[in-house]
This record gives sequence, C-alpha cells and structure tokens, in this order.
Amino acid sequence: MYGLGIVKGLLVTLKNFVRKPATINYPEQRAPQHSRFRGEEFAWYEERCTGCASCAKFCPLGIIHIETSPSEANIPEGDSYKLEAFDIDIARCMFCGFCVEVCPYDALFMGSGFEEAQYSRQDLVLDKIKDQREGKNKSPSTWFRPQLEAQKYIPLSGTEMKWDDAGREEWTYHPTKRPKRDLLSWRNKNFKNKGEN
Amino acid sequence: MNSELMTVNFGPQHPSTHGVFRLRITLDGETVVGLEPVFGYLHRGSEKLAEERTFTQVITLTDRMDYTSAMTNNQAYVLSCEKLMEVTPPVRAQYLRVISAELSRIASHLIGTGFLINDLGAFITPLMYCFRERERILELFEMLCGARITLTYMRVGGVFQDTPAEFWPALDSFLTDMEFHLDEYESLLTGNEILLSRTVGVSSITTDQALNASITGPILRATGFDWDLRTVDPYEVYNRVNFEVPTGENGDNYDRYLVRIKEMRQSLSIIKQCVEQIEPGKVRLDLPFLIRPDSGEAYGRVESPKGELGFYLISDGSISPYRCKVRPPSLINLTLLNEMIVGWKVADMIVTLGSLDFNMGEVDR
Repeated sequence: MYGLGIVKGLLVTLKNFVRKPATINYPEQRAPQHSRFRGEEFAWYEERCTGCASCAKFCPLGIIHIETSPSEANIPEGDSYKLEAFDIDIARCMFCGFCVEVCPYDALFMGSGFEEAQYSRQDLVLDKIKDQREGKNKSPSTWFRPQLEAQKYIPLSGTEMKWDDAGREEWTYHPTKRPKRDLLSWRNKNFKNKGEN
Repeated sequence: MNSELMTVNFGPQHPSTHGVFRLRITLDGETVVGLEPVFGYLHRGSEKLAEERTFTQVITLTDRMDYTSAMTNNQAYVLSCEKLMEVTPPVRAQYLRVISAELSRIASHLIGTGFLINDLGAFITPLMYCFRERERILELFEMLCGARITLTYMRVGGVFQDTPAEFWPALDSFLTDMEFHLDEYESLLTGNEILLSRTVGVSSITTDQALNASITGPILRATGFDWDLRTVDPYEVYNRVNFEVPTGENGDNYDRYLVRIKEMRQSLSIIKQCVEQIEPGKVRLDLPFLIRPDSGEAYGRVESPKGELGFYLISDGSISPYRCKVRPPSLINLTLLNEMIVGWKVADMIVTLGSLDFNMGEVDR
C-alpha cells in the first residue's frame, strides 16, 4: 500500500517526540568528560623538569619554546639546567599529546579545559614558569599517564596533583628536594671491573 | 534555434557540497548537461608536510585527511610504516585497532546516511538521529584516546596505550543500543516512498564503469561487485572474525544507502566478535618514538568507510619519509561524476553528491 512507509516513519518521529531530549544546555550543564581528555592548559612541574627539551623537539608544530642556562649549582653532581623560559603557544597547538608522550621525567601533562577563547593572541601563549611562580592549580589529564589512572585521579574534581605524586617513579629533582648523590660509591658499584682509569 | 544554456557555479560555499567543493555545471533548464568539478580549496599540502616530519608525527596529519573516520586513516598509515619496518604489532593492539576502526566506520556511515537524507530534503530530523548515536561513538573515542575527532590513537607498533576500565561496559551498552537504533533508522527510511521515488534508479552505474574508474568502497559494492579489502586482503585480525560483505544490485543512490546501513550491522557484529576474542597483553612494541626504518618502500592499505585508503611510503633511511603518497578513496570515487550526474536534474545531482559520501579533507589533502 502506498504511504505505509511514511506512516511507519512518522511513528518513529512520534516516539522520539515524546522521549527525553538527548541534548543538554551547554554553558549551564556540562557533558561528562573523561579523565583522558586532552585539553588546553598544560600542567607542568618545574620540580620534575630538567630542561631536556624533548617536548620541543618532538612537537610536530614546533610551538614549545624553552630557554635554559647552566645552573650555578653543581652540574657534575647531576644538577640540571636552569629554565629561563618555558612557553607553549596553544594558538597553534593541535593537542596531539606527543610532548606529553615523549617527556622522560613526567614533567609535562595535558590539561582538561577546552574553552580557549582569549581577547588577544598573546594571551594564548602559556608562560608555564609564570604559572609555576604564581602557584596555579595543576589538574593534569591522565592521558598517557597510567600512574594517575592507577590513583583514579579525576582532573575536573579540582583537587591539585602534587609534583611528587605525579611521576611514574620515585624521583627527586631540583630545586628543593634534591638529595646529594654519593658519586664515588655509585661509580664503584656500577663500574667495578672497569675501575682504575 | 537552440535555447541558450546556462553555466552555474555550484559551490564552493554550498552546504550540499559537503565541504569546499565547486562544480561548474551547465544547465538546460533544470537538467544538467555538462559538469566540471574544481578541487583544491582545502589543499593543505599534507603529503609535502609529511616529508618534513618524523614518521610518528605524520600520524597527526592523517587525522586531518578524512576527519569523519580518523581511525582508519591512522590505521592505514601505521600499517604501511609497519610494512616498511617489517614489524608486527601485538595481537591485543591489532584487536583494539580493529574495534576502533569499525567504530569509526559506523560513525562515518552515520554521517553519510544522515547527510544523504538531509540532502533529500528531510530537513534535519534523520540527521539528528544519526548524530545522536555518533555522539556515543565520539564519547567512546574520548575514553580511549582523549580526543573526539583528531584522535592520534595508533602508533607504529601498536596503539598508544591500553584501554581504560570503563571503556568495555560503555562499548557493550553502545553495541546493544545501536542495534535498536539501526532498526529505528530502517523503519524510518528504508521503504519510505519519498526516499524510494527520489533515489531508486537515480545515477546508477554499472560494475564495469566503476571498475574502470577504480572506484572502491560502498559505491563499488552497491553495483553488485563483492570487493572488500577486509576479506580480499585481510589485514590485522579480520581473518579471525566472520562477517558478510553486503552488496547491492543496481549501483544507484538507494543501493549505496542500503549498503551503508548493512555495513553498519556487519561492523557491529565484527566488534562483538572482537570483544569476545580479545585477551590481555601488550598493546605496543618497544619501539622508540623516533623511528628510523631502513631505506625501501611500502604500500599499506585498508578498507576505509569511503573505499580503499592507501599510503605509499618511501624511506631513504632517515627519520622522515622521503615520499608519502596517499591514495584517497574520496577523490577517486568522484571520477565518475559525469556519468552519474549528466542528464539528471539539479535536485538529483545534490542527492548523488550526498550518496557518494566524499570528504573534502581527503580529496584535497
């Protein structure tokens, strides 16, 4: 019978007409966001960073700017470089997360926000050192950080992640908590047979 | 005396061209008598950019080619990289890739179906039904890899990380709901007299025409030719799952729509079998981030939702590909536009463009 398909289709639309809406009112209500979400404000821990610039090297767009200088502290004893600048230009960032993936010391994390509108392009350049000095709240995403997923950390909960909990292994870095390393005993332990020279 | 023909620019800024696609059409009244497609408005030079990036960084470029199914693009690229390096990813990684690629296929076909109906004039209702389910898939992708569209999920030698615990229950509930929703679409659309009268017999092509133009994907299968790389040249774990390759008969717009709906059902069955078969294990080989394959060449191909997607890579032993050539199914599927559209009315042309389900990000690259 001609028109039966249309009647069947209209029944579907009628059913959908009376069900609850599938959409939400965005600025007031938020869709649930998973903890792995790769978002805008990168969480960076100066305590864990050595200034190796792996993130800058592997960034496909080259938008991470790092300046280091030899720190006045004891380089031969394993102290790291002093960071002069750590800027991320998220105006050109595509949030692929490669910088986070290659960070060998778990110093850089993805964020969880996505509303990155600003009034000027300069405001989109994240000065991570300034954020660190101001003690900005760090809520890193758990993307590529299984240790945070093991802790069941939720970035949007608002609780801050401390730098000594964020790492994949026990790690003590500059500038505050660095222990003195006994280089001589370390050398004797690891290079026993090659010893004398 | 002949009446004068009129030449019209259809696009590039037209909602029915699905992107920035321009058609210079010659009209005799309302009938299309000549047609000349113009591409390149979305050209970003991905192939050239790939020569300046390392092998891993190119994965982010592939996300942006066919942005409706980024998983299959990732898969095609990493498969060709793995062929180049002669490594095989762990079995669990292969299962995860197949599951995510099939989810991507469902998402892409939902867009294809929804916009086809939208172009038919059923203003936005079926499209919104399709997008409601696509949203569920995007949420699954967000759980899996932290992004919704530009996924960057796969790596050379596996996937970037194992799944979170809450992924599997969410996937199960999606699979259960999706069967019901597919029935819903079919009762809404399949057999609807308006859809039938607008699409049956319109812009039909024969198998020979399609093969001569090297058309692949649902458009080739709608002509009745059984060609699917997942069965013809099985990659990953497609030889461990059972599924049918749905084909049409006439190669017209209606058959393309039907093939897509049937393929979504097959994809659901593939995902279910994969969920049953998958076992815990490693998901990534211990390859460095900066890979350096030996010099050589490789061609990896997958059955993307649009057709055969291939990446031809040449390596000269350095950290970046010497050449990265893409075989974009969307572009090659557009080669029969003249045979499909000339002779039909303008309204049918729009439906045909919708049923071809091309993606300008992939056509122009």
